[in-house]
Amino acid sequence: MSPALIIHSAGPGVTVQDLGREGYLAQGLSRGGAADRLAVAEGAALLGQDASLAVLEMAGFGGVFEPDAPMRVALTGAPMRATVDGETLVWNASHTVMPGQHLSISTALKGVYGYLHVGGGIDTPMALGSRSAHLTAGIGAAVAAGDRLPVGKDRQDAGRTGMVLSGADRFRGGVVRVVPSAQTHLFPDAQRARFEATGFTRDARGNRQGVRLAHGAEPFAAEGQLSILSEVIVPGDIQMTGDGTPYVLLPECQTMGGYPRIGTVVPEDLPIVAQAAPGTILGFRFVTLESALQSHRQSHAQAASDMKKRLGPLVRDPRKIQDLLSFQLISGVISGMEPDE
Amino acid sequence: MGLSGVLVTFADELSETANRAALAFRDRVEADRWEGIEETAVSLSSAFLRFDPLCVAQKEITVRLSRLLDSEDWYAAALPSGRRRWRIPTVFGGPQAPQFDEVAELAGLSSDKAVAELTARPVRVMTIGFAPGLPYMGILPAHWDIPRQTALTPLVPASAVVLAVRQLIIFSTPTPTGWRHIGQTCFRGFRPETETPFVLRSGDEVSLVSVSAEKLNRLKADPKTNGGATCEPIP
Repeated sequence: MSPALIIHSAGPGVTVQDLGREGYLAQGLSRGGAADRLAVAEGAALLGQDASLAVLEMAGFGGVFEPDAPMRVALTGAPMRATVDGETLVWNASHTVMPGQHLSISTALKGVYGYLHVGGGIDTPMALGSRSAHLTAGIGAAVAAGDRLPVGKDRQDAGRTGMVLSGADRFRGGVVRVVPSAQTHLFPDAQRARFEATGFTRDARGNRQGVRLAHGAEPFAAEGQLSILSEVIVPGDIQMTGDGTPYVLLPECQTMGGYPRIGTVVPEDLPIVAQAAPGTILGFRFVTLESALQSHRQSHAQAASDMKKRLGPLVRDPRKIQDLLSFQLISGVISGMEPDE
Repeated sequence: MGLSGVLVTFADELSETANRAALAFRDRVEADRWEGIEETAVSLSSAFLRFDPLCVAQKEITVRLSRLLDSEDWYAAALPSGRRRWRIPTVFGGPQAPQFDEVAELAGLSSDKAVAELTARPVRVMTIGFAPGLPYMGILPAHWDIPRQTALTPLVPASAVVLAVRQLIIFSTPTPTGWRHIGQTCFRGFRPETETPFVLRSGDEVSLVSVSAEKLNRLKADPKTNGGATCEPIP
């Protein structure tokens, strides 16, 4: 029998996620998948496995988990308080958990989405080519107490844990890059300039479909806003809702909408929006398609080597552990927040 | 749109010919299997292409698209083949469709006349979107140009038929909406547990067939049928 992860308790937003299902736009189903795709890649690097394997996404709060066989795990994304039988585990690192041990993950210290990865990946049945729960569409269900999640076969040469991954702090908001969308031109220049100059606060209203951004300024509006025909939506689109408040669409968004889009957040910066906890300040800056593409190409080409550079052995020095828990930004790591060249 | 999307818009307003153009144009792009294109879709009046920007440049795609656009009159193009005509049993009015009388009045018709008009001719699935398997159907005659309500109805039930701005939608799941609830079916456009999770396709035609509440209840109780819906290929 394949190993399993026993769920003793789980927060309300714990779901199985992978990179989602693409190709169903014409059928009205958005991609879904992990809200922070970078975290999925980080966990895969920590465990030396493929990023297509499914993980547990924990929105704001984890749960209590127990493997029924020795199991490699990795913790990434929003740092959360994690213990095994009372002993603190370093976040952004890989560990081994034994049967009988309780891995307890509580509140996010910052950010929104934490991730629990297991060696071999969560091996629940696929639906439409993915293991991702897409609760908005009625695919899958949240993980709940009493569940036993099947886990895939771990690598033959597994056993290597105690690795840590440095950097990539994307949990404190900041300025994200935006490229023009199909309706950007409907917003007058002055509106776009004001949009770039405004600091937005991530509202309490936010989930895997999108996040609302509050602001004290006067409402933003496109020309002829009310007569715009519903049009295709892609994740990252910033739609201006009827009250003139931006709403950034995330992986579980609807596939079509009638609100005008002022722009689209570039994929590399989308995790910053997804990981912005309520109250976090976010700003937007338009970049050209060429510049965004260049950075996309670069980050794609360097993804593997960057990840390798960030990976190192976990030093079990209590002072270091404190440091890592506070999650300092290591210089030289691309956070997606650097000014654009 | 974003780093990997291109939108080809045939009109800024609801139009039968623009939707026809979008359906035909997207069908051609699909048939030609362009390299680097990852998926295509239609909206009410646009065709959308998603491509891999690491594999093909946006400029290359827009050049090809312009060439294809110029190659024929897409507004007069034949609709794609492989379309189907559906018949979906529907209860109009009564407690199961509480806003039917209001909508008939807004359209300037008696209730009987309104049912007759809505069932007389099939409507086209102009696009599937918003939620999985959700059809936007139309275009209804001009007197059905009824604006959305300013306040949302907190929840219309699954399989409800709603109407606004010369279009009909059948929801798959209970949904808050500004559209008015005029009919009730027990048809589900998205059935993730089955072999055919997405039932309708853009370009299909749908005839709503008026049935009694008793008939709908019988259909609801029959797990072998999807709300009594039937379909046949359009020759």
